[in-house]
Amino acid sequence: MEVTLDTQLESVDLAENIVTRVAEAAGFGEDDLHKLGMAVREGVINAYNYGNCQDKRKKIHLALELEPEMLVVHIVDEGCGFELSEIDDCLAEENLLRTSGRGLFLMRAFMDDLAVRRGPTGGADLVLSKKLPHPVSGNGKSQT
Amino acid sequence: MSLRGTCREVGDIAIVDFSGKITLGEGSATLRQTVKDLVGQGKKKILLNLEDVDYIDSSGIGELVGAYTHVRSAAGELKLMQLTKRVKDLIQITRLFTVFDVQSDEPAAISAFRPK
Repeated sequence: MEVTLDTQLESVDLAENIVTRVAEAAGFGEDDLHKLGMAVREGVINAYNYGNCQDKRKKIHLALELEPEMLVVHIVDEGCGFELSEIDDCLAEENLLRTSGRGLFLMRAFMDDLAVRRGPTGGADLVLSKKLPHPVSGNGKSQT
Repeated sequence: MSLRGTCREVGDIAIVDFSGKITLGEGSATLRQTVKDLVGQGKKKILLNLEDVDYIDSSGIGELVGAYTHVRSAAGELKLMQLTKRVKDLIQITRLFTVFDVQSDEPAAISAFRPK
Protein backbone atom coordinates (compact mmCIF):
# COMPACT_ATOMS: atom_id res chain seq x y z
CA MET A 1 0.00 0.00 0.00
CA GLU A 2 1.42 3.39 -0.95
CA VAL A 3 0.15 6.85 -0.12
CA THR A 4 1.53 10.22 -1.20
CA LEU A 5 1.07 12.88 1.45
CA ASP A 6 1.33 16.63 1.22
CA THR A 7 3.96 18.35 3.32
CA GLN A 8 1.55 19.80 5.83
CA LEU A 9 0.72 19.24 9.49
CA GLU A 10 -2.51 17.43 8.69
CA SER A 11 -0.49 14.65 7.04
CA VAL A 12 0.88 13.63 10.44
CA ASP A 13 -2.53 12.65 11.79
CA LEU A 14 -3.51 11.14 8.45
CA ALA A 15 -0.44 8.90 8.29
CA GLU A 16 -0.96 7.81 11.89
CA ASN A 17 -4.58 6.91 11.19
CA ILE A 18 -3.75 4.98 8.00
CA VAL A 19 -1.06 2.89 9.66
CA THR A 20 -3.05 2.14 12.80
CA ARG A 21 -6.02 0.99 10.73
CA VAL A 22 -3.84 -1.38 8.72
CA ALA A 23 -2.10 -2.57 11.87
CA GLU A 24 -5.41 -3.19 13.60
CA ALA A 25 -6.54 -5.30 10.66
CA ALA A 26 -3.26 -7.20 10.95
CA GLY A 27 -4.14 -8.12 14.52
CA PHE A 28 -2.04 -5.74 16.61
CA GLY A 29 -3.38 -5.05 20.09
CA GLU A 30 -4.13 -1.65 21.60
CA ASP A 31 -0.72 -1.12 23.12
CA ASP A 32 1.14 -1.95 19.91
CA LEU A 33 -1.30 0.17 17.90
CA HIS A 34 -0.43 3.12 20.09
CA LYS A 35 3.31 2.48 19.67
CA LEU A 36 3.01 2.05 15.89
CA GLY A 37 0.92 5.16 15.60
CA MET A 38 3.39 7.18 17.62
CA ALA A 39 6.39 5.90 15.67
CA VAL A 40 4.77 6.76 12.34
CA ARG A 41 3.72 10.12 13.72
CA GLU A 42 7.33 10.88 14.69
CA GLY A 43 8.59 9.71 11.30
CA VAL A 44 6.20 11.92 9.36
CA ILE A 45 6.94 14.88 11.66
CA ASN A 46 10.64 14.42 10.83
CA ALA A 47 9.89 14.19 7.12
CA TYR A 48 7.76 17.33 7.37
CA ASN A 49 10.18 19.39 9.50
CA TYR A 50 13.66 18.18 8.64
CA GLY A 51 13.38 16.21 5.40
CA ASN A 52 11.12 18.49 3.42
CA CYS A 53 11.74 21.60 5.58
CA GLN A 54 7.98 22.31 5.54
CA ASP A 55 8.22 22.94 1.78
CA LYS A 56 4.68 22.48 0.45
CA ARG A 57 6.05 21.70 -2.99
CA LYS A 58 7.54 18.48 -1.69
CA LYS A 59 5.75 15.26 -0.86
CA ILE A 60 6.01 12.61 1.84
CA HIS A 61 5.66 9.04 0.62
CA LEU A 62 4.18 6.46 2.97
CA ALA A 63 4.37 2.78 2.08
CA LEU A 64 3.25 -0.25 4.09
CA GLU A 65 4.36 -3.82 3.50
CA LEU A 66 2.82 -6.79 5.27
CA GLU A 67 5.55 -9.44 5.29
CA PRO A 68 5.05 -12.93 6.75
CA GLU A 69 6.40 -11.89 10.14
CA MET A 70 6.62 -8.13 10.05
CA LEU A 71 4.72 -4.98 9.28
CA VAL A 72 7.15 -2.66 7.52
CA VAL A 73 6.47 1.05 7.11
CA HIS A 74 8.49 3.30 4.82
CA ILE A 75 8.39 7.06 5.28
CA VAL A 76 10.22 8.75 2.43
CA ASP A 77 10.86 12.46 2.14
CA GLU A 78 12.26 14.56 -0.70
CA GLY A 79 15.05 16.18 1.22
CA CYS A 80 18.77 15.52 1.31
CA GLY A 81 18.83 12.44 3.50
CA PHE A 82 20.78 11.94 6.72
CA GLU A 83 22.85 9.39 8.65
CA LEU A 84 21.71 8.03 12.00
CA SER A 85 25.20 8.60 13.31
CA GLU A 86 24.74 12.35 12.82
CA ILE A 87 21.93 12.48 15.36
CA ASP A 88 22.73 13.62 18.89
CA ASP A 89 21.89 11.38 21.82
CA CYS A 90 18.76 12.89 23.36
CA LEU A 91 19.42 11.01 26.61
CA ALA A 92 22.80 12.65 27.14
CA GLU A 93 22.83 15.01 30.10
CA GLU A 94 23.76 18.00 27.98
CA ASN A 95 20.80 17.40 25.65
CA LEU A 96 18.01 16.76 28.16
CA LEU A 97 16.79 20.36 28.13
CA ARG A 98 16.62 20.54 24.36
CA THR A 99 13.12 21.12 23.04
CA SER A 100 13.61 18.85 20.03
CA GLY A 101 15.57 15.81 18.95
CA ARG A 102 13.60 12.95 20.51
CA GLY A 103 11.70 11.70 17.47
CA LEU A 104 14.17 9.08 16.25
CA PHE A 105 14.72 7.84 19.77
CA LEU A 106 10.99 7.32 20.24
CA MET A 107 10.69 5.56 16.89
CA ARG A 108 13.43 3.17 17.90
CA ALA A 109 11.83 2.65 21.31
CA PHE A 110 8.43 1.80 19.86
CA MET A 111 9.42 -0.33 16.87
CA ASP A 112 11.35 -3.58 16.64
CA ASP A 113 13.70 -2.17 14.01
CA LEU A 114 14.55 1.19 12.51
CA ALA A 115 16.77 1.83 9.51
CA VAL A 116 17.51 4.89 7.43
CA ARG A 117 18.15 4.42 3.74
CA ARG A 118 18.54 6.74 0.78
CA GLY A 119 15.22 7.35 -0.97
CA PRO A 120 14.81 7.38 -4.78
CA THR A 121 15.23 11.17 -5.01
CA GLY A 122 18.00 11.36 -2.42
CA GLY A 123 15.83 12.00 0.59
CA ALA A 124 15.57 9.82 3.67
CA ASP A 125 13.69 6.54 3.59
CA LEU A 126 12.83 5.72 7.20
CA VAL A 127 12.14 2.00 7.46
CA LEU A 128 10.14 1.08 10.57
CA SER A 129 9.48 -2.60 11.28
CA LYS A 130 7.32 -4.31 13.88
CA LYS A 131 6.80 -8.05 14.36
CA LEU A 132 3.30 -9.23 13.67
CA PRO A 133 1.43 -10.57 16.69
CA HIS A 134 0.42 -13.58 14.62
CA PRO A 135 2.96 -14.29 11.86
CA VAL A 136 1.47 -15.40 8.56
CA SER A 137 2.57 -18.83 7.31
CA GLY A 138 3.50 -19.67 3.74
CA ASN A 139 -0.09 -20.63 2.90
CA GLY A 140 -1.31 -17.19 4.00
CA LYS A 141 -2.83 -18.42 7.25
CA SER A 142 -1.91 -16.74 10.53
CA GLN A 143 -0.11 -18.80 13.09
CA THR A 144 -1.28 -18.47 16.68
CA MET B 1 -9.32 22.18 19.71
CA SER B 2 -6.76 19.47 20.46
CA LEU B 3 -5.75 20.81 23.90
CA ARG B 4 -7.76 22.78 26.44
CA GLY B 5 -6.38 24.35 29.58
CA THR B 6 -8.33 25.71 32.53
CA CYS B 7 -6.45 27.87 35.01
CA ARG B 8 -7.15 28.09 38.73
CA GLU B 9 -5.23 29.04 41.82
CA VAL B 10 -4.55 27.36 45.12
CA GLY B 11 -2.83 29.90 47.31
CA ASP B 12 0.09 31.24 45.27
CA ILE B 13 0.18 28.21 42.97
CA ALA B 14 -1.27 28.52 39.47
CA ILE B 15 -2.74 25.20 38.41
CA VAL B 16 -3.58 24.45 34.79
CA ASP B 17 -5.90 21.51 34.18
CA PHE B 18 -5.17 20.35 30.66
CA SER B 19 -7.28 17.97 28.60
CA GLY B 20 -6.67 16.57 25.14
CA LYS B 21 -3.45 15.99 23.23
CA ILE B 22 -0.14 17.80 23.39
CA THR B 23 1.07 17.25 19.85
CA LEU B 24 2.74 19.17 17.05
CA GLY B 25 0.67 22.15 16.09
CA GLU B 26 -2.29 23.50 18.04
CA GLY B 27 -1.81 21.42 21.19
CA SER B 28 1.82 22.34 21.65
CA ALA B 29 1.05 25.99 20.92
CA THR B 30 -1.70 26.05 23.54
CA LEU B 31 0.65 24.70 26.20
CA ARG B 32 3.36 27.17 25.24
CA GLN B 33 1.07 30.20 25.27
CA THR B 34 -0.65 29.21 28.53
CA VAL B 35 2.62 28.95 30.44
CA LYS B 36 3.98 32.07 28.78
CA ASP B 37 0.88 34.00 29.88
CA LEU B 38 1.20 32.77 33.47
CA VAL B 39 4.85 33.76 33.62
CA GLY B 40 3.89 37.11 32.14
CA GLN B 41 1.38 37.54 34.97
CA GLY B 42 4.21 37.03 37.43
CA LYS B 43 3.27 33.51 38.53
CA LYS B 44 6.26 31.80 40.13
CA LYS B 45 4.66 28.48 41.01
CA ILE B 46 3.00 26.67 38.13
CA LEU B 47 1.50 23.20 38.31
CA LEU B 48 0.39 21.39 35.17
CA ASN B 49 -2.32 18.79 35.72
CA LEU B 50 -2.01 16.24 32.91
CA GLU B 51 -4.61 13.76 34.20
CA ASP B 52 -6.75 14.22 31.10
CA VAL B 53 -3.90 14.38 28.60
CA ASP B 54 -4.02 11.04 26.89
CA TYR B 55 -1.51 11.63 24.13
CA ILE B 56 1.77 13.47 23.77
CA ASP B 57 4.34 13.28 21.00
CA SER B 58 7.97 14.40 20.91
CA SER B 59 6.86 17.94 20.04
CA GLY B 60 4.66 17.97 23.11
CA ILE B 61 7.52 16.72 25.25
CA GLY B 62 9.66 19.47 23.76
CA GLU B 63 7.05 22.05 24.73
CA LEU B 64 6.96 20.73 28.30
CA VAL B 65 10.73 21.07 28.46
CA GLY B 66 10.49 24.53 26.95
CA ALA B 67 7.86 25.50 29.50
CA TYR B 68 10.06 24.22 32.30
CA THR B 69 13.09 26.24 31.20
CA HIS B 70 10.97 29.33 30.54
CA VAL B 71 9.52 29.24 34.06
CA ARG B 72 12.92 28.51 35.55
CA SER B 73 14.51 31.42 33.70
CA ALA B 74 11.88 33.64 35.36
CA ALA B 75 13.01 32.30 38.75
CA GLY B 76 9.87 30.18 39.05
CA GLU B 77 9.04 26.51 39.47
CA LEU B 78 7.02 24.27 37.19
CA LYS B 79 5.79 20.86 38.28
CA LEU B 80 3.65 18.15 36.73
CA MET B 81 0.96 16.04 38.31
CA GLN B 82 -1.31 13.07 37.63
CA LEU B 83 0.37 11.80 34.51
CA THR B 84 -1.36 9.00 32.64
CA LYS B 85 0.62 5.78 32.26
CA ARG B 86 1.50 6.51 28.64
CA VAL B 87 2.75 10.01 29.36
CA LYS B 88 4.60 8.79 32.44
CA ASP B 89 6.30 6.08 30.36
CA LEU B 90 7.42 8.69 27.82
CA ILE B 91 8.82 10.96 30.53
CA GLN B 92 10.58 7.91 31.96
CA ILE B 93 12.20 6.61 28.77
CA THR B 94 13.37 10.08 27.73
CA ARG B 95 15.07 10.50 31.15
CA LEU B 96 12.96 13.57 31.84
CA PHE B 97 12.12 12.21 35.26
CA THR B 98 15.50 13.66 36.18
CA VAL B 99 14.26 17.09 35.06
CA PHE B 100 10.61 17.30 36.02
CA ASP B 101 9.16 17.06 39.50
CA VAL B 102 6.21 14.75 38.86
CA GLN B 103 3.62 14.27 41.59
CA SER B 104 0.88 11.68 41.78
CA ASP B 105 -1.89 13.91 43.10
CA GLU B 106 -2.74 17.51 43.91
CA PRO B 107 -2.07 17.49 47.69
CA ALA B 108 1.39 16.02 47.08
CA ALA B 109 2.06 18.51 44.29
CA ILE B 110 1.02 21.49 46.42
CA SER B 111 3.14 20.22 49.27
CA ALA B 112 6.10 19.88 46.89
CA PHE B 113 6.10 23.65 46.34
CA ARG B 114 6.66 24.37 50.02
CA PRO B 115 10.20 25.42 50.88
CA LYS B 116 12.18 22.61 52.43
